[in-house]
Amino acid sequence: MLNADLTPKGVRGVSNNGKDLQKPGEQMFRISREQAVELSIPIVAVLLALLLGAFLILFIGRSPQEAYSALLQGAFGSKRDIAETLINVTPLIFTGLSVAFSFKCGLFNIGAEGQFIMGQIVAAWIGFQLTGLPTVIHMPLAFLLGAFAGGLWAALPGYLKAKLGVHEVINTIMMNYIALYFSHYLVMGVLKEPGPIPQTPPVVAAARLWKILPGTRLHFGLILALGAVWLVYYLLFKTTLGYEIRAVGINPHAARYGGINVSRDIIIAMSISGALSGAAGAVQALGVQFRFLDLFGFVGYGFDGIAVALLGRNHPFGVLIAATLFGTLARGAITMQSIAKIPKQIIGIIQATIVIIVAADEVLRRLLKSRSPGTQASVDAGEVERDGE
Amino acid sequence: MESNNLADITIYIALVVSTLRMATPLILAGLGGVFSERSGVVNIALEGIMLIAAFMGMLVSYFTNAPWLGVLAAVASGAAVAWLHAVICIKYKSNQVVSGTAINLFSVGFTGFMLRKVFEHAGQSPPVAKVADWTIPLIEKIPVVGAMIGKHTPFVYLSLIAVVISNFVLFKTKLGLRIRAVGEHPKAAETVGVDVFAIRYLCVLLSGALAGLAGASLSLGFLSQFRENMTGGRGFIALAAMIFGKWTPYGTLRACLLFGFADALQILSQTLGLTFIPRDFLLMAPYILTMAALAGVIGRSVPPAASGIPYERQK
Repeated sequence: MLNADLTPKGVRGVSNNGKDLQKPGEQMFRISREQAVELSIPIVAVLLALLLGAFLILFIGRSPQEAYSALLQGAFGSKRDIAETLINVTPLIFTGLSVAFSFKCGLFNIGAEGQFIMGQIVAAWIGFQLTGLPTVIHMPLAFLLGAFAGGLWAALPGYLKAKLGVHEVINTIMMNYIALYFSHYLVMGVLKEPGPIPQTPPVVAAARLWKILPGTRLHFGLILALGAVWLVYYLLFKTTLGYEIRAVGINPHAARYGGINVSRDIIIAMSISGALSGAAGAVQALGVQFRFLDLFGFVGYGFDGIAVALLGRNHPFGVLIAATLFGTLARGAITMQSIAKIPKQIIGIIQATIVIIVAADEVLRRLLKSRSPGTQASVDAGEVERDGE
Repeated sequence: MESNNLADITIYIALVVSTLRMATPLILAGLGGVFSERSGVVNIALEGIMLIAAFMGMLVSYFTNAPWLGVLAAVASGAAVAWLHAVICIKYKSNQVVSGTAINLFSVGFTGFMLRKVFEHAGQSPPVAKVADWTIPLIEKIPVVGAMIGKHTPFVYLSLIAVVISNFVLFKTKLGLRIRAVGEHPKAAETVGVDVFAIRYLCVLLSGALAGLAGASLSLGFLSQFRENMTGGRGFIALAAMIFGKWTPYGTLRACLLFGFADALQILSQTLGLTFIPRDFLLMAPYILTMAALAGVIGRSVPPAASGIPYERQK
């Protein structure tokens, strides 16, 4: 395919002009003016979105101050509230890392939702099926197999992308729905608990994640999520594989020319990305619900993961911050609705606005800095290069 | 035996009617996808656009009691949301999938919020006036066939007409040639004087208008109210149908009818005695078939070459 558009294309915000392709171990905490602008974009996006939210609250004749203080109260008002907020944050860290990891390889894993479902149902299944195992074996086994299931679910679109050049976006969307119906089939059939409710039997005590804050539901999943942040950081920036994956994300042609096995790295990156989403499902099954409940639609952690990854600029630490923000908003929204009687959908609008602003960051970039010589914008936009003949 | 046959015929009628009903919103949104992607812009926002349009159509019908005005509002609001997508993707060259995802997230929040704001009610709107069914004068009189296709909500007929028009525009007119050129090789198109941006804006707006019509078919055609999340993934099935139909209007029509048929089987599986096929597998079928088509298992689907790639004007 002779195509003039064979410029290096990562996903926006993933691979700006190749500057973040540092060798493992390279110094990375120097901040230039340009980086300062890049860093301020997410902050400005959040502030603008909260401002829009305030206008919406005024529009329905309420006080934004009352709404936002109810939100903060709900998120941080008591020990229990803080614990619940962190319970919300936990799966978002995993799915945010998942989407960010795929972005780093120039892939768009929009299938986090489906991988989440597969991780959740497999972890629940292992959690109730096996009995008599000690916690130190059963709990990690259920968690890891959940993550593994998510990884497998993503490996297929990764394989199809790497070997046949089929775009991963469409396939991962398709697999979201396949996972949704497949889980429904399982939970209505072989995995169903006897009785009227479409759900699996409860996960046995030995497979449940430890409680880490007495008097609350906060569970060990948070520690696992923080561990995953560090692991993804280490993998991406301190190992050869991570270096290769980022190289593929920035320019697959150059990477191939440089001797990197691009197909292999695409499959690996998709699998790791899927495993992270699967892990999100697993912690929900083993730490919060203790079973798999029939889904009537997508739970949304996967889609929110996209927002988290974008807002966190696809960096593991950025993801951590963004997941904390989104988890706080989600938790606070419930109180905002129940106490201040303000529709929690406002939070959905705020989240979508953040994504739109971060996605259209070129607008902000133009406002925030006097235009720098402008080739970069055209280079990094767009999608991953289609595997050409 | 006699009565048994008769029973069979009513089942076939129900199957055809159900297939058409299920396929209609998919056809309209799928055509939207065809125009957008043929011009080089990926539009996964179809789902969100449909949802917002379904809401706006219902809203206008509620306040004016004129359902056709509601349809107009749905089409206009669909185009308006698509315009936002177009600006983000074409002018600011942002990632098209990200923009689409954001619009999908926004649509759920926006419609849920407005539902509470206007009706102070969660879940669904009050019933509104819906578009009256059309009857086709002569065909309606034919036995069996009349019952199958003689009387439907106008959206069924509009979607079929839209397929014919879309195919004509894309493959028999100068505009269609330009659209396809822009989606395959924008640089070459611009060299011969085609305004790449204008064509892309036009196609994305058109895709929004068609997805808007699809949304209206849900809230003003098949139902007469808005329900939260009533699109239920139809925007994504429409995308799948577009791919399965190899980015052509007739191909999309065939795919939508096939997917609609799978859906109809699922709905009627009790009556048809098809309980040995799990319903969930019928629901999965469109997605599995689409993946198979993309992978080349059943006739390779290849997207327009420049689809998803923002265009930088030549200096």
